[in-house]
Amino acid sequence: MLYSHDSTDRSGGTIIGDVIVARDLEKRFEDLIAVDRIAFQVQEGEIFGFLGPNGAGKTTTMKMIQCISPKTGGTLQVFGMDVDTHQREIKGRLGVVPQETNLDPDFSAYRNLLVYARYFGIPKREAEKRAEELLAFMQLEEKRDVLIDKLSGGMKRRLIIARALINAPELLILDEPTIGLDPQARHLIWEKLRSLQAAGNTLVLTTHYLDEAERLCDRLVIMDHGKILIEGAPADLIREYAGSNVVEVERTEEAISCLAGLEVNYDLAGDMLQVFTDRPNDVARGLLEACRHEAAVTVRPATLEDVFLRMTGRRLRE
Amino acid sequence: MIDITGRVLSVWRRNLDAFLRTYRVNFIPPFVEPVLYLLALGFGLGTYIEAVDGIPYPVFIAPALVSISVMYSAFFECTYSSFVRMYYQKTFDAIIATPVSTDEVIAGEMLWGATRGMIYATLMLPVLMLFGVVSMPSSLLLIPFAFLAGLLFAGIAMCFTAITPSIDALNYPSFLFITPMFLFSGTFFPLDLLPEPIQYFALAALPLTHVVGINRAITLSALSPINLLSLTWIIVATAFFFVLAIRLMKRRLVV
Repeated sequence: MLYSHDSTDRSGGTIIGDVIVARDLEKRFEDLIAVDRIAFQVQEGEIFGFLGPNGAGKTTTMKMIQCISPKTGGTLQVFGMDVDTHQREIKGRLGVVPQETNLDPDFSAYRNLLVYARYFGIPKREAEKRAEELLAFMQLEEKRDVLIDKLSGGMKRRLIIARALINAPELLILDEPTIGLDPQARHLIWEKLRSLQAAGNTLVLTTHYLDEAERLCDRLVIMDHGKILIEGAPADLIREYAGSNVVEVERTEEAISCLAGLEVNYDLAGDMLQVFTDRPNDVARGLLEACRHEAAVTVRPATLEDVFLRMTGRRLRE
Repeated sequence: MIDITGRVLSVWRRNLDAFLRTYRVNFIPPFVEPVLYLLALGFGLGTYIEAVDGIPYPVFIAPALVSISVMYSAFFECTYSSFVRMYYQKTFDAIIATPVSTDEVIAGEMLWGATRGMIYATLMLPVLMLFGVVSMPSSLLLIPFAFLAGLLFAGIAMCFTAITPSIDALNYPSFLFITPMFLFSGTFFPLDLLPEPIQYFALAALPLTHVVGINRAITLSALSPINLLSLTWIIVATAFFFVLAIRLMKRRLVV
């Protein structure tokens, strides 16, 4: 296992608990409230997701956890320490995968890791050993001496994750870890993130890919306008806010009157009507038989994307 | 308060490593510049100039060439190059995510700018010795003094970088502040040829004036108590701009 973390503190006692605790957490800029008095807890060893449309406050929350953006209200503790007073201690135990690729273009992949290790004060020998291990872990050995500009998007992303692991962090913060990657690269990164979790790491991530969140996260929150709308395990959220299945039918006057006649609630979704239900076959049969509906009727399992769109609406965000 | 520990060296080392990786191209200016200036101005134009205050013209401009090189290398390092690292490469963001503080990133950049000035002064010295325009061993003092002078220009540069809206706007201080200084700081003709008010202005507001004064005293091996005034001016200004640059940068970076 790579850098496994057990749950014993330095005095030998067992501490299983919350790695991050936020209460009434607030980030206020001059003319807007980016994070509006939110509360959440991230437990040791879990993968915790922040979802939400652009401008929901996810990245701002990440930055406060990383101690690079000071909060303006509430309390925020990471590893039991206050983010205002223990920045260096917290940052030393964190690994950060930022949204923007900020690898150092002046150096090769390997040198990037060594230079980054120096910022943590890791001795040279140890840094060299870890850099080699991490290149192997992220399957980048062949790109060891290649400059950053010559790497593909997926390789850069993998190298950023390798860089975030150079200090053997107990908590990994990933802001859109698979943004813009092809399916192969995404699957590889998911696999690596799961193996990090298996080694005892705690992971906090933001993503716009709902399938990614559904696969990876043990628990997640959906944010919008600086507030947390809902929180829970993906499967529970789907069951609670979308039901087990979705029946979709083209949006026509006929379909609307038919559903009204069947006394079924439906949502308008663009040019479709969606019925969130635990009894999809009854609804589908009603449409097809009772109303002799001729257009296609689709039945599919509900997903986190359905929950997301129901909670945050379909209006486009800038 | 300002929060600086030994970690500042990791930022400095990053820049040194990047500089050494492309050392061939970086080492060209300090060898080529003094040769070109000495040939064109010192021995070309200089043949029409008998002597300045009894000093042969090439000997008169030699310390100015070192001063200018230190100014340019430190100033451009902490304006354009720092801006590229901060804004385009996001290198500062990457470093701040580690236990290195914002203050240390900015201080490390300025220390590196000063070091770059010192490296250039060091590389120029043998060239100037070959031309026989500097006296030894006193001219060895050019090297440590280049670090202090470099730190001054790095600090001023970093203040501009902290407030500039874009990389293009850095052309304003380059052309309106650095270029006039290059010409009117007692570099290629003595300050006392200028009208008296301008002389006072140069002494009060053009840092290069003090740097050239001290470097000239060093290369002529003629240090006098009056140089202490310049040294004091430089030390106070360096400390001021060093702290101001960190303050302004934090205002820009920590949001």
